[in-house]
Amino acid sequence: MRAVDRMIEVEDLRVYYKSVLGDYKPVDGVSFTVNANEVFGLAGESGCGKSTFVEGILRLVKPPGYIKSGKVIFKDQDLLSLKDISDLRWKEISYIPQGSMNSLNPVLRIEEQMIDAVTSHVDIAETEAREMVLSNLKEVGLPIDVARMYPHELSGGMKQRVVIAAATLLKPSLVVADEPVTALDVVVQRSIIQSIAELRDKFGMTVIFVAHDLAAHAELVDRIAIMYAGKIMEIGSVHDVFLDPLHPYSKLLIAAVPSLKKKVVKGIPGLPPSPLNWPVGCRFHPRCPQAFAKCSEELPSFEEVETGRFVACYLCR
Amino acid sequence: MTNVEQSLLELENITKVFKIGGGLGLMGRRSIKALKDVSFAISGRNPIITTLVGESGSGKSTIAKLVMGLLEPTQGQILYKGRDVRLWLKNDRMTYRREVQMIFQDPYSVYNPFYRVERVLHLVVRNFGLASSSSEARNLVAESMEAMGLRPEDLLGRFPHQLSGGERQRLMLSRIFLMKPSLVVADEPVSMIDVSLRSIFLDNLLDLKKRLEMSCLYITHDLNIAHYVGDEMIVLCEGTIVETGEAESVVGDPLHPYTRLLVSSIPIPDPREKWKTSLGVEDITLKKFEAEQGCVFSNRCPHRMEICIRETPSLISLEADRQAACFLYGKEE
Repeated sequence: MRAVDRMIEVEDLRVYYKSVLGDYKPVDGVSFTVNANEVFGLAGESGCGKSTFVEGILRLVKPPGYIKSGKVIFKDQDLLSLKDISDLRWKEISYIPQGSMNSLNPVLRIEEQMIDAVTSHVDIAETEAREMVLSNLKEVGLPIDVARMYPHELSGGMKQRVVIAAATLLKPSLVVADEPVTALDVVVQRSIIQSIAELRDKFGMTVIFVAHDLAAHAELVDRIAIMYAGKIMEIGSVHDVFLDPLHPYSKLLIAAVPSLKKKVVKGIPGLPPSPLNWPVGCRFHPRCPQAFAKCSEELPSFEEVETGRFVACYLCR
Repeated sequence: MTNVEQSLLELENITKVFKIGGGLGLMGRRSIKALKDVSFAISGRNPIITTLVGESGSGKSTIAKLVMGLLEPTQGQILYKGRDVRLWLKNDRMTYRREVQMIFQDPYSVYNPFYRVERVLHLVVRNFGLASSSSEARNLVAESMEAMGLRPEDLLGRFPHQLSGGERQRLMLSRIFLMKPSLVVADEPVSMIDVSLRSIFLDNLLDLKKRLEMSCLYITHDLNIAHYVGDEMIVLCEGTIVETGEAESVVGDPLHPYTRLLVSSIPIPDPREKWKTSLGVEDITLKKFEAEQGCVFSNRCPHRMEICIRETPSLISLEADRQAACFLYGKEE
């Protein structure tokens, strides 16, 4: 096996929000590496900091939010120390924000808005751009007639495909998709997940797939990170994490997913903590059934316990 | 009650047409048939949870609104305990409102943000005269919270924004515990709650079903959940029932091609079992079914025959308690 190329490396990223009560810390020290050509999943409950994290690595944090510290190394450059990353957008890094299928311009035809995106980032003729648009629409499985349509003529699933086609127009090396299949029906969800996988294979893209739905992760991603309270609790291959979760939170979260096979699912009692006051010690200890004294005293470090498996828990030492 | 076999809730040939457009009479008015000749019954002999599943736009929520009397059917009638819902609301409004309860999808918008959360429970106590004194009312409210595993000391006096979505939805179950209805209509009650809190809500609901002996019409697009809570399942496609039966057997052995597509598309939370086949484009991109004749699924169906476009299949009984509307099963008697 050849050495895996690193696509993006995040080191101790902290994104805070200023408020009169003090700093909210939705992302509080997140580190991981995404390898080239993999689909990397980021999972966690709502409010655990997934979307803020994505905004952090893409330099999209708006005041009162700010990046407290950290490094995001993308192809040997630190995105956070660059003055401006707009040269990289669309060409190198594409972002599919949550609910972006509803942000298509309602008064422009699909092809017009997609050509716009191309011509404003690379210097090519409009006819050439149109060809790129049409071939990409075909690539995501849409009929070419869609190019001449307006967004309201399309169904939710088709709009989401248009957004994916737009994001991959300039063949970026990294695509970050934030909840791309949320609020879609099962059948549409499945077809979108399959399109993402096909595009990855065809264009050799790297995908960061953010979703709270664990079942969607199981279908698509290669490696998965489980996030809780602004921190990563566990990272591993999707097989390892689903079949043998190590962190108590991952265990409970996976057990809470209903499926046709198991008739008994268990919830996780208690509530996620507030980003204003994270609990001292392990952030999961107030809800953890296996917590012991040390858990409430000191934050467990994030360590590699087996090859490729990282866990932040004292039980896995 | 005259008839022993009378159903708790019965929908008889319900059709609902919405008219849209027609602003200033300049544009043509279009009508959309949200429900086409829908009939089903919840017997109510034993408390059961009937789930109504289908994609968005299949008419699930329209059924909920019709049952609650928030909409009136264009054709057909809805009978609750053998009597038309319209008559119930006209003559015995309070009885109907007490016996048939609804849980809405959005746990945020059902609360008035200016009032403390327990108001939703106190209102019930007051409007339906459940307590004779204020201390009794307070006890009732606390008891109903505890019944759903909520801690009154944590929740009383708090405002809606201080509760999680799961807690807010479970407080709605406390309300149901107070009301002791015979039928609950739940419209996607957990779609906005996190996975880790979902199952607590669902288990509370199952617990209520047993304790209050109530039946429930549970509307969801999530087959996993439908399978988890449901006893019986009704599959809706574009406003038409395509399959009904016991939840376990519908999911385990779907008969209608549409149900098969749905079941095969459920993401399985196990990386060892990924989808094997790829979906064709026509599975998802074709426009809505609009013709008057033919099977509603005919434009997406892999088993389409000539008859499927010409005629509309009706629901026929197949195995024990199983019905499907599909010509694949129509021929043999």
